[in-house]
Amino acid sequence: MKAYLTRRYWFSASHRLHNDAMSAEENQTVYGKCNNPHGHGHNYSLEVTVTGQVDPRTGMVCNLVDLDGFVHEKILERFGHQNLNTLEEFQGTVPTTENLCVEVYGVLQKGFHHAQVDKVRVEETMLNSFEYAGGGDIRY
Amino acid sequence: MVYLTRKAEFSASHYYHNPEFTPEENQRIFGKCNNPHGHGHNYTLEVTVKGKVDQRSGFVVDLKELKEIMNREVIDAMDHRFLNKEVADFKDRIPTTENLAISIWLRLKSKLNLAELHRVRVYETPDLFVDYYGEA
Repeated sequence: MKAYLTRRYWFSASHRLHNDAMSAEENQTVYGKCNNPHGHGHNYSLEVTVTGQVDPRTGMVCNLVDLDGFVHEKILERFGHQNLNTLEEFQGTVPTTENLCVEVYGVLQKGFHHAQVDKVRVEETMLNSFEYAGGGDIRY
Repeated sequence: MVYLTRKAEFSASHYYHNPEFTPEENQRIFGKCNNPHGHGHNYTLEVTVKGKVDQRSGFVVDLKELKEIMNREVIDAMDHRFLNKEVADFKDRIPTTENLAISIWLRLKSKLNLAELHRVRVYETPDLFVDYYGEA
């Protein structure tokens, strides 16, 4: 039987929304307060959903120890308490939460093999959240 | 089609153990959850049903009836229970959150004639939940 398991994690990071290809005025118009050159930060909530058959021997889609270990090492350690703009991942893209979602999904898809990665959901604040499922439809 | 979700809460204890595994395997795979005396959670259950809005009542489903079915089939059976020992579903199945979601789906599916069951979501903690949609 196929089930979907979601685990929520937290990390804090700063970013600045700015695109060098735009003029200063355009950046200001598009990004507003988020264009402040010194950056600003968020407590991000990250939800990772994995899916697969429930193993009849363990009752699990995947062992949480494996998921937690991977997310801590590859995502929370990488992005937590960092200025996202300084990271290699965001040298060609603006570190919006949309792009952060896509990046995190890619890291999981590439490196986590204990279950199928279904989707990633990131809350930037309590009032806005972003979801990415590799371009596929999101199931509710 | 409109989707309606009803929430309920229950508290229960469980532990993870497979008698086919050696004690070392059980410890390695299940870790702290293997403590034979059990440990507990405050579970939150979300049941989502879907259907067309009835023209006369304006309802997808009579919430009172849905609440009664959830209470009878799930809450009365599982609240303040040791799942491994007191709920028959887990006599031969480990009461992980995955299996709990599947078990609750099966309990509700056979009793819900009011609307179509769409999803059962079980939160073990605010940071961990499982969704089951009835898929094989």
